[in-house]
Amino acid sequence: MTIKTTARRAALAVFAASAMAIGVSAPAAAEVNLAGKTVDFVIPFSESGGSARWANFFAPLMSEALPGNPTVVVRYRPGAGSTAGANWFQEQTTDDGTLLFGTSGSTQFPYLLRDPRVRYEYKDWKPVLASGTGGVVFLPADIGARYDGDFDDLKEEFYIFGSQGATTLDLVPLLAFKMLGLQVEPVFGIEGRGDGRLMFERGEANIDYQTSSAYIKSVVPLVEQGLATPAFSWGFLDDDGNIVRDPTFPDIPSFKEVCEATAGCETSGVAWDAWKAFFVSGFAAQKLVYLPGSASDELVAAYTDTFRKVLARPDFQDISESNLGVYPQLIGKGALLAHEQAITVSDEAREYVLNWLNADYGVTLK
Amino acid sequence: MDILTIALPALGEAFALILHPTQIMYLCAGVLLGLSIGVLPGLGGIAGLSLVLPFMFGMDPVSGLALMVGLVAVIPTSDTFSSVLLGIPGSSASQATVLDGFPLARKGEAGRALSAAFVSSLYGGLLGAIVLTGVIFVARPLILAFGLPEMLMITVLGMSMVAILAGRVPIKGIIACGLGLLLGTIGSAPAGGSLRMSTYDMPYLVDGFQLVIVGLGIYAIPEVISLLRQDKPISRAGTLGGGWIDGLRDWWRNRWLSTKCAGIGVIVGMIPGLGGSVVDWIAYGFAVQSSKDRENFGQGDIRGVIAPESSNNAKEGGGLVPTLIFGIPGSGSMAVFLGGLALLGLSPGPSMIRQDLDITYTIVWSLALANVIGAGLCVLLSNHIARLTTIRFTLLAPFLFMMIAFAAFQSRQSLGDMVALIAIGFVGILLRRFDFSRPAFLIGFVLSHQAEQFVNMATQIAFARFRRSFEAGIDYIATPITISILILTVLSIVIGIRQSKNIRENIDTYTGTKRAPLVFMLVLTAYAAISALDASQITRFGDKVFPLTVALATLLACCAMLARMMLRPETDDAFIDLEAGGADAEAPQGLWRTLSWFLGLLVLTGLFGMVIALVTFLVAFFRVRGAQSWQKSVVYTAIGVGFIVFLAGILGREFPPGLLQSYTNLPWPLR
Repeated sequence: MTIKTTARRAALAVFAASAMAIGVSAPAAAEVNLAGKTVDFVIPFSESGGSARWANFFAPLMSEALPGNPTVVVRYRPGAGSTAGANWFQEQTTDDGTLLFGTSGSTQFPYLLRDPRVRYEYKDWKPVLASGTGGVVFLPADIGARYDGDFDDLKEEFYIFGSQGATTLDLVPLLAFKMLGLQVEPVFGIEGRGDGRLMFERGEANIDYQTSSAYIKSVVPLVEQGLATPAFSWGFLDDDGNIVRDPTFPDIPSFKEVCEATAGCETSGVAWDAWKAFFVSGFAAQKLVYLPGSASDELVAAYTDTFRKVLARPDFQDISESNLGVYPQLIGKGALLAHEQAITVSDEAREYVLNWLNADYGVTLK
Repeated sequence: MDILTIALPALGEAFALILHPTQIMYLCAGVLLGLSIGVLPGLGGIAGLSLVLPFMFGMDPVSGLALMVGLVAVIPTSDTFSSVLLGIPGSSASQATVLDGFPLARKGEAGRALSAAFVSSLYGGLLGAIVLTGVIFVARPLILAFGLPEMLMITVLGMSMVAILAGRVPIKGIIACGLGLLLGTIGSAPAGGSLRMSTYDMPYLVDGFQLVIVGLGIYAIPEVISLLRQDKPISRAGTLGGGWIDGLRDWWRNRWLSTKCAGIGVIVGMIPGLGGSVVDWIAYGFAVQSSKDRENFGQGDIRGVIAPESSNNAKEGGGLVPTLIFGIPGSGSMAVFLGGLALLGLSPGPSMIRQDLDITYTIVWSLALANVIGAGLCVLLSNHIARLTTIRFTLLAPFLFMMIAFAAFQSRQSLGDMVALIAIGFVGILLRRFDFSRPAFLIGFVLSHQAEQFVNMATQIAFARFRRSFEAGIDYIATPITISILILTVLSIVIGIRQSKNIRENIDTYTGTKRAPLVFMLVLTAYAAISALDASQITRFGDKVFPLTVALATLLACCAMLARMMLRPETDDAFIDLEAGGADAEAPQGLWRTLSWFLGLLVLTGLFGMVIALVTFLVAFFRVRGAQSWQKSVVYTAIGVGFIVFLAGILGREFPPGLLQSYTNLPWPLR
């Protein structure tokens, strides 16, 4: 990078800041042209989480690809496990394309579980992008040495798992552990998956999972040093809705394979359906970008087009790897399908999960 | 040897990168930005970093780093201004600085206090960088040695500082701390999500209170109101004595204290999960306990400024270690920093030390350089900014109300922030009036969350271990580290209780009738009782045990206090009432009248949104309370509102909307 381009970037920064300061809102134009406007990309999380990283990654790319090159600003509305921000978005009627909302599995789960704090309705919103991710469960080396692709010999072990809470994304691993018949004691209250990994490294926890990018960055070195053994990945949802091996981790079996190999674990029936529904909502279609329900079809098309341009960038694969991992970014019909899968769970499966949460963890959603 | 051959070339490379003119330019830009944001209470590293985050993507990594590091490094330096000058804790890192910094400002020695603080910050930052350069290789096992029991013990050590800050009547300190802890448990439990003292019908309470609001409410509002009633400058004499040279001399005289506190800062900062909230209290407590003459602490002892300030900048350096080595943020601002690193294409983690050692050293030494530039600028500015303390306070206060209200609103962006601020501010006023230790209250609040978390998690793991075998359990909880910290804690409590009578916020005490203190005490007792009752109805054991224990202990302390009130005459220290005599009683303006101005601002905001409310409030205040001419009132208002709108625009922040905004569609900033 030369000094000249840096200087230009600095000038751009100053310009963008002053544009924000003026912050004039003009009436909506008939055709989609956002020149001179500021697009608010709102996420219901704080500045410090993975969603903030995801949103800040897309914001400048969107700014370049949107018609009229508006400034895209990420805004944070954290609170009540992301339900506060989603409730706020439900009431928004901005239909000139200057408002976007980014959700994550943490927003989907309370909706699926009918948390009383939820006053938003996903079906009212218009999805324009869906980002997926995966995850890998791993064991310490001493237990891992006895692992042979099934958990039949490992059911006597007492496991401790650092968890953010039974109704968070950790619902997926906890349910998986239960289906495998493992005696896992979750230690609730950690504040991020990183803390869970640290507990694992300190030897306080002896089973853990990380999402794909965190696994590659921080756990693979442990595996190489012989301190950890991968057990299984969540898997990957193919186009027909089947769970197959995660292409990011072709050497690690999927949960489906391990479950089939372990006695007492069924890959059909209500428990499996529930697990799959929450896996899709929490990982396979983890992060979604929405326009408000009042947005016109032209606007949805314009944004779909924008994301198409972003994904088609020749350098996209390269720059997205460290921020998003190598997972599909879905637009158009794909995004719509992912959106539907992410917000759908059968009543039977929901009842099963609610009963299990209450029986095993004393969690009631009232 | 091996380490040296890797480290030295990397260090050389890092210096070459940092000293490049472009990087220095970015670093300075970051420092200036950090200083301007850090000066404002309630807006710290997170707000600043979020501001530059959108520009990180695609930036040259070293330039981006320079910008971010420059910004993070100076926040704990610049927030000293509001702690010392206004008695408002600028951020969690400088809460303890208020204890002695503000009394110094009131004595007219603000310049001296500021420069001593800045030199301490500078020294702490540099020492932190030097230690990090070496320690970064061995930090991994060191950090992994701190499990949950160890972290719990450090939290307890932090809490033991209550003993020394308890004030004249130790039991009042315990009550204050207990109430702080209880306030921290309000909302949904961190582990199981059970609701405590809140319902889903009031979503604001479910998330609990934020430190910004509680800090502003407990410290800032009582001080601002009290000063406003007296209608004098902050500096009682109205003049400035003791310039920045004196501050430098003070620091030199206490250089060993500064060194030790910086050491404390680096070590505690390195442990992920503790955050910065205990460091300054532990450093302050250490300074008090290790001194021979303790009479002046709490009333303007310069050592009370040097100790926490040396530790809080060193802590930022320490906080980098887990961030870089494990990819786990040590604090909120570090979490945003981590996001920024990802946008620059850097992935912190074990490989950062092995493969990108030059980048790691660039970060560490940029931090040091930023500290030098930032502290240098601040020392130069300190004498000028210290003049603020000689301005008639009535002209300063409305701007402070504006800043406080704006800062509070940034916490949750809801009108609830304002209501919470006023409510907690009122509690703060009463705590101050009846001589309950506000630092003890704040320590309780700050440590409540982590104390509960660590207790729950450590017990759960310990039980699981004990079930396996007795040895496995004992090995887990009784490590050399936990035992050493336990001994330290006991020592700290013993020394603390002996010394607490010497450390007091108010020198002169007045007692009036029994009635007012007794009524307040009964209200506190009732709150503790209701909390206990509420906690006992929670079904999930893990969510119930901590608030219930704390509530019962507080209730017990309250009963002991009530008994003492029954038995002793009304001249006893139990009945201290600052309204009964001294500066507060002789103040020309009444408490309610002054407070209602602030309430008026709240009501106006609720009706018309903050910007319109501010304009009305400021003009009215300057005209009526400040007795300024119409012209001057309008000019002052324009300056104040213009400033805050400009600031909010730059930072991309919203203003609290009112009823008007829900019916009309106004352009920003009226929106």
